[in-house]
Amino acid sequence: MQPWMPFEWIAAVRFLREGRMQSVLIIVGVGVGVAVIVFMSALLSGLQSNLIKRTLSSQAHIVLLPSEESARPQVANEHTALLLQKQAQRLRSIDQWQQLRDHLQTWPEISAVSPVASGPAFAVRGEANKSITLLGIVPERYDQIISLSERMTAGELRVGAGETVIGIELAKDLGATVGDKLRVATAAGASETLTITGLFDLGNKGVNARNVYVGLRTAQTLLDLVGGVSNIDLALYDLNLAETLALRIAGETGLTADSWIKTNAQFVTALTSQSVSSNVIRFFIGLSVAFGIASVLVVSVIQRSKEIGILRAMGATQAQMLRIFLLQGGIVGFFGSLLGSALAWSFLLLWQLMARNPDGTPLFVIGVEPGLVAIAAGGASVVGIISALLPARRAAKLDPVEAIRG
Amino acid sequence: MANAVANPVLQLAGIRKSYGSGETESEILHGIDLRLERGEFAALIGPSGSGKSTLLNLIGLLDRPSGGQLFIDGEETGRLDDTGLTRLRGRRIGFVFQHHNLIPAFTAEENVAMPLLVAQGRPDTGMFVKAGKLLDQVGLADRKKYLANRLSGGQQQRVAIARALAMSPSLVLADEPTGNLDTHSADDVFALMREVNVQLKTTFLIVTHDPRLAHRCDRIIELIDGTIVADQPYPP
Ligand SMILES: Nc1ncnc2c1ncn2[C@@H]1O[C@H](COP(=O)(O)OP(=O)(O)OP(=O)(O)O)[C@@H](O)[C@H]1O
Ligand SMILES: [Mg+2]
Repeated sequence: MQPWMPFEWIAAVRFLREGRMQSVLIIVGVGVGVAVIVFMSALLSGLQSNLIKRTLSSQAHIVLLPSEESARPQVANEHTALLLQKQAQRLRSIDQWQQLRDHLQTWPEISAVSPVASGPAFAVRGEANKSITLLGIVPERYDQIISLSERMTAGELRVGAGETVIGIELAKDLGATVGDKLRVATAAGASETLTITGLFDLGNKGVNARNVYVGLRTAQTLLDLVGGVSNIDLALYDLNLAETLALRIAGETGLTADSWIKTNAQFVTALTSQSVSSNVIRFFIGLSVAFGIASVLVVSVIQRSKEIGILRAMGATQAQMLRIFLLQGGIVGFFGSLLGSALAWSFLLLWQLMARNPDGTPLFVIGVEPGLVAIAAGGASVVGIISALLPARRAAKLDPVEAIRG
Repeated sequence: MANAVANPVLQLAGIRKSYGSGETESEILHGIDLRLERGEFAALIGPSGSGKSTLLNLIGLLDRPSGGQLFIDGEETGRLDDTGLTRLRGRRIGFVFQHHNLIPAFTAEENVAMPLLVAQGRPDTGMFVKAGKLLDQVGLADRKKYLANRLSGGQQQRVAIARALAMSPSLVLADEPTGNLDTHSADDVFALMREVNVQLKTTFLIVTHDPRLAHRCDRIIELIDGTIVADQPYPP
């Protein structure tokens, strides 16, 4: 008997230890439940963050546009690809974009600010003529929004005067490669011949076929936007803040601010409903774990009624009896959750060995975070105590006379 | 309490106990008056079903009477709530039941220390020193570390007596403490209770069916059909 241990703890531990098989079985039961919950949570959060990462690999977190006339983001992707076709009218610039850029740069939530001059154009090479989105960028800034330099498959990210970087899909369509010439023309009649300095693959066919990057100045000239930019792209430290921050910026600047959450509403809804359904599953697993603990403790109270009666005769109060059984629930929950976390960790290791990309790299990296284990342990202990409420009350209310007569 | 010395250990005045209610109500104890002084060694006898255990449970504050007053060391118990009764019971009354007295998950020593542990909330060395001494007294010094269910019936009853004495109670209630034992062990256990009674002046009230043992007490109280029909010193 440890001198620091209160009576209730000593009794709870002894009772569990004495009930060997019963205790082991229920701890394993709790462990399996916790393992499924932890495994599912880790898998889902890994999957979702991977999906989000992929989605955002070719998108800014927030795009600022001139208000009204609803100029749409010029960055095409699978969700917004067709929206920009209608805009034949003259592009408008964001007023005083330099000040705005410097101002936004000081916001603690914003990690990068990148002004872009973009608009519709055509890429012409020989007989081939493709509709494209021309994007004039400052590469060092743009690279912090979309890591284009890491996605180069040929050449390099260099967009000086007379230079351009195009997607692999467009290169294929035009039969062009690094070093070849390409003519870019706008509907208004402006045109310029550019040298391809690099090819990129942003992991999205639409983007690879449509986006054509040039220097900011080149785009401004071609799009008749001299000195102006059509949008400002922002990257945030915390993606989840995108919508709140977009509203704040819109309110403060009067510009249209589109967050990735709004632009990809359907995708975000899908993720949310995925989370909701997994929460429902988790809830029911938790519930069945709770019922398991409760039923084992109910049986244990019946088995121990004589001992409960004797303890009561020796001066143990109802409150003490209550705590002894609540603690048993908590202890079972706690050890079950440790076992469960260990199981989940092994499942995850196994899963990462099995689920691999064709090239052998892991599909995506997930792990059991210590925080998740702590939450599981805390949660399971609380669930254990709650499930013990009923049996513990029963133990406390047991009539000692009946119990001792047995 | 100035009059602590004068107070009897136990005083019952018109104690009644009924079970059930309405049509099915039946009274088991019909107005019991009883007084036990410090140091008494009394037997409670009577036929099966006469209400001996019922009376003992009331005295032990394990149950509440339907009527009458019950004093322990001069303290009226009628107005105490469950926690109050439990505390008083823990401090003033020791129990020895007929069988399965001990908690099997604990050793002999721990069982003896249990009332102290329950009262203090945390173990300390003092309580184990006391438990050790008591086990010594009941002749089981070498069984301290045995789990309760590895002891013989007679040994278990000795441990139970040691445990009943752990809180130095004023009153020990024993309901057929030797009922499950062979004659030899029964004699030993009985002698042990007598010894404690003489040495510590602890009051004993012992239910027994065995006239031989009843005759070794100082006083014999006979209960028939819920009424005390005889209450005399022994030998008369
Ligand atoms: N909870 C109860 N409900 C109804 N009747 C009860 C209850 N407990 C005891 N009785 C009745 O009270 C009467 C006295 O029982 P009690 O156990 O006190 O007798 P006893 O003198 O101890 O008998 P024994 O010598 O057999 O142990 C019996 O008729 C019994 O049926
Ligand atoms: Mg009886």
